[in-house]
Amino acid sequence: MSAEAAASRAAIARPTWLDGLRHRPLALGVAGLGLVGVVFVVGIALGNVAIAPADTLAILARRLLGWPLEVSWPASAETIVLELRLPRVVMAMIVGVGLSLAGATFQGLLRNPLADPYVLGTASGAALGAAIALLLPVQVALLGFGLLHLFAFVGALAAVAVVYRLSRLGALNSLTSVLLTGYAVGSLLAAGLAMTMYISGSNLRQIFFYLLGSFSLASWPQVVVGVPIILVGSVVIVSRARSLNGLLLGEETAAHLGLDVRQERLLLLGAASLVTAAAVAMSGLIGFVGLVVPHLVRLVVGPNARMLLPLSAIYGAAFLALADLAARIPGELPVGVVTAVVGAPFFLYLLRRYRAGYEL
Amino acid sequence: MSGVTIELRNVSVDYGQRQAVESVDAVLRSGELVTLLGPNGAGKSTLLRCASGTLRPTSGSVLIDNVPIDEYARGSLARRVAVVPGQTIIAFPMRVEELVALGRLPHEHPLLGPRAADRAAIDTAIERVGVSHLRTRDVRELSLGERQLVVLAMAVAQGARLLLLDEPTVHLDLRHQVSVMELLRDLSTRDGVTVLAVMHDVALATHFFPRLLLLDGGRLVADGPPASVLTPQRIQDVYGVDASLVAIGGG
Repeated sequence: MSAEAAASRAAIARPTWLDGLRHRPLALGVAGLGLVGVVFVVGIALGNVAIAPADTLAILARRLLGWPLEVSWPASAETIVLELRLPRVVMAMIVGVGLSLAGATFQGLLRNPLADPYVLGTASGAALGAAIALLLPVQVALLGFGLLHLFAFVGALAAVAVVYRLSRLGALNSLTSVLLTGYAVGSLLAAGLAMTMYISGSNLRQIFFYLLGSFSLASWPQVVVGVPIILVGSVVIVSRARSLNGLLLGEETAAHLGLDVRQERLLLLGAASLVTAAAVAMSGLIGFVGLVVPHLVRLVVGPNARMLLPLSAIYGAAFLALADLAARIPGELPVGVVTAVVGAPFFLYLLRRYRAGYEL
Repeated sequence: MSGVTIELRNVSVDYGQRQAVESVDAVLRSGELVTLLGPNGAGKSTLLRCASGTLRPTSGSVLIDNVPIDEYARGSLARRVAVVPGQTIIAFPMRVEELVALGRLPHEHPLLGPRAADRAAIDTAIERVGVSHLRTRDVRELSLGERQLVVLAMAVAQGARLLLLDEPTVHLDLRHQVSVMELLRDLSTRDGVTVLAVMHDVALATHFFPRLLLLDGGRLVADGPPASVLTPQRIQDVYGVDASLVAIGGG
């Protein structure tokens, strides 16, 4: 880096309110949880049929917390809240948690700011799996699960496994190798997906709908199966904050700091891939959450994973539930479109404003 | 004070056909200040990687505090041996104090994170290396020299008894070269830290290090005080230059 470049970077001052927040992770966490709470209630109240926030709260308090409240609302409101909106909001939030944590993990592990949850081929693997499922003549559905979910989940994990195995064979430095292999396998799978879509003809719309991501089909059985998978993966990731910190300066330095690099890398890679696969299987491909949320949090609190991970999880939940709300107010847009439309310009603004100045 | 910190016992490293390090024997006692010299490709960095446990020798062994290095648990080795690498790549915006804090990783609680003792060690290290004024700066905005000081502060915060450095002064100006040398000397005399540093600047090395290890073609050709190691004949043999080009102080 030249001295000039260094000087121009140093000249970009961070606003003082941002610096003030940096050392208040607890306040940020509490504020984030408050936001999650508000989004939770509003997300249940709003939709095709609006339900008064008071009624929403009363229904939730009566049915979830067991408060003995007098029923003063129509039965349909209760059905909408409990059977449609609640699983939908819960799913959007947990997928938000999962994608944000997976994004933060892949960025840290690969030391690449451009990494997102789909960097190792999970997206193309899941998409191809889903497309094949739709193409099959048999359609099995059990409790809201179809072959589509299963194939997407398996496809995502298979893609990562292939990328990981192949990258170990190369003579390249391991990180470059993983990234390039991910790119190559992803391209191959995308070609397979294009071919499948070409063959499928009438199912095209369904595949397309899946690729853009949505929570409109969320149901309790999906929540019951998907949420534990994402939760387990998330707990593993958050509990490895120390390892992600050690890996910030590269694998050799991490080893000097006493980490079992190979084991930690496999554990983090596995957990992040599992979380991503479950998220993709439940809700399709939702972009930008896993890229933008960790960057935003990092911009405020710095790269320390002990703060980055929990805060990414909290704000990821709020962000995706809000995006889903924005997607269903005008009448069911794909949520992936909303996250991209909101996320991309905001991200560009931040890059310009604060010049995060990444070195690649 | 005279315990053995690190012992290299007949260490050899083969990279395929090429022998990078050949039968090196050396013993460093605690508090010793030692430099590893030699021309490019002499095997200095390879030997340093063996000493840190990053690279397992093809044959021979490395002992830390009289125990073979591969018998240590990783965490316990990291509390004994700190490494300052030749270059550090930083992918994300990070403040100086955050980078130095990484040095406490082997000590901090796995789940709860750094405690009061860790924070004190971070403060002390930042002050000792003289980078207090850089504390809240983004590491990637610093000059290469400043960055090198910060990475050194991280290793100091690690609080290890053995400090291994790969060319710690290479990007530094004269004043900072001297202050790093003085810091290393202070660490060895005051804290009893054993220092092994790969150096390229022969003049600087001979001025500050009482003991030199000279490598050539993977072999240890001399070990001792500067005057006995860097004889005019040996400088001619090893570096292929006339000895008068190398100003030797301290001898």
